[in-house]
Amino acid sequence: MPTFVYMTRCDGCGHCVDICPSDIMHIDTTYRRALNIEPNMCWECYSCVKACPQFAIDCRGYADFAPLGHSVRARREEDKGTISWKIKFRDGREKNFVSPIRTTPWGSIKSPAEYAAPSAEAMKSQQLAHEPEALKIDSLPTLSPNQFKQGLV
Amino acid sequence: MVISNPFAELSASMPPAVMQTYVIVMALLVVGGTLFDILHKRSAEYFFDNWRNAKNNAKRQVGSGEMASIAVRTAVVDVMTSGEFCNARRRIAHLLTMYGFAIYLVTTVIMVFAYPTPATPAPAKLTTLWYLGALMVCFGGYWFWFFIRADVAAEGNSPFRFVRADLFIVSLVLSVTFGLVWALVEAAGGTGWAYFFLALYLIATTVLFGSIPWSKFSHMFFKPAAALEKRVAEANGTMSNLPPPADAPRIYGGGYKHAHHY
Repeated sequence: MPTFVYMTRCDGCGHCVDICPSDIMHIDTTYRRALNIEPNMCWECYSCVKACPQFAIDCRGYADFAPLGHSVRARREEDKGTISWKIKFRDGREKNFVSPIRTTPWGSIKSPAEYAAPSAEAMKSQQLAHEPEALKIDSLPTLSPNQFKQGLV
Repeated sequence: MVISNPFAELSASMPPAVMQTYVIVMALLVVGGTLFDILHKRSAEYFFDNWRNAKNNAKRQVGSGEMASIAVRTAVVDVMTSGEFCNARRRIAHLLTMYGFAIYLVTTVIMVFAYPTPATPAPAKLTTLWYLGALMVCFGGYWFWFFIRADVAAEGNSPFRFVRADLFIVSLVLSVTFGLVWALVEAAGGTGWAYFFLALYLIATTVLFGSIPWSKFSHMFFKPAAALEKRVAEANGTMSNLPPPADAPRIYGGGYKHAHHY
């Protein structure tokens, strides 16, 4: 279910633009409010719904299973560490869910910028930056050629 | 002699009646432009539809006393202190621009109508307020324009890219900037340059007040209405379909104090 923005609630802060992994949340050039420029490319990750401090982003259901009249709204409360969902069906039924956002303190996870930049030599490795120590394991599991299916190598 | 009434000095070459007529025409453009904007975008219709829906679906009735309290909270928190903004820098920039513009506008009207000639000298406090208001608009406006607005801060666009959403803020800061430069040049005695900047000031001001149907000028009218609607929806239980605030913070909130996930 791709997302859309209630223009009267949006204050154009740009949080959704920053967080959208699909880079489809943008700032409208007429009103400087957020909009989903390509709903059919939306991953439906709901990152923008959860990040929006104004609760201005909602989910638009596909017509075949969630026709007009439904709504999916989220309220994110960082101080409580919770995210609440309210699912409203077209026939008036409602379902409410409350879930924890995370189980570690805010700010306890380092951002990529806080890690040292990888060396040029590390670029030749097949491992991603800061692997395996950032995964808190000694080494990544690997397959030796004799473990592959016959005929693959 | 910097803190002078620029409109009184202008009266030597432009009759006060012309200045006063211009101010009245600008006021009429604001009224007409806003009404046209409301009708054209059907924003009032949208507002009252939402209002009616919220009232019909209300889980509890909001009394007149509570409604008055909500209206006061909206005025104080959402309008007077721009409480809607979650970004502190943006809130400060908005407050500077908003109060600066209000001060600048009111003092302009007072100076043009009450102290239009050197024979009726304006109080120093009034002219100082005019300059102060203009500087507040410039500070808040340029700060927002170059650093804070989402087009630049989040989208990564050049601060010099100009789109229709920028019409209001650009015409506002240019109007005030040219007004300020015109006043300073006029006070310094540079007649030719003063006319040049006066022309730019008038063009930018006319665009500011005449472009309301295409600009974001009318947000100063519909944003308070939207803020009021939001607060009423919280009070009557509809909460714009949002889930209620979580009632179990101790259970979930306690989780992150005892991190064991990693």
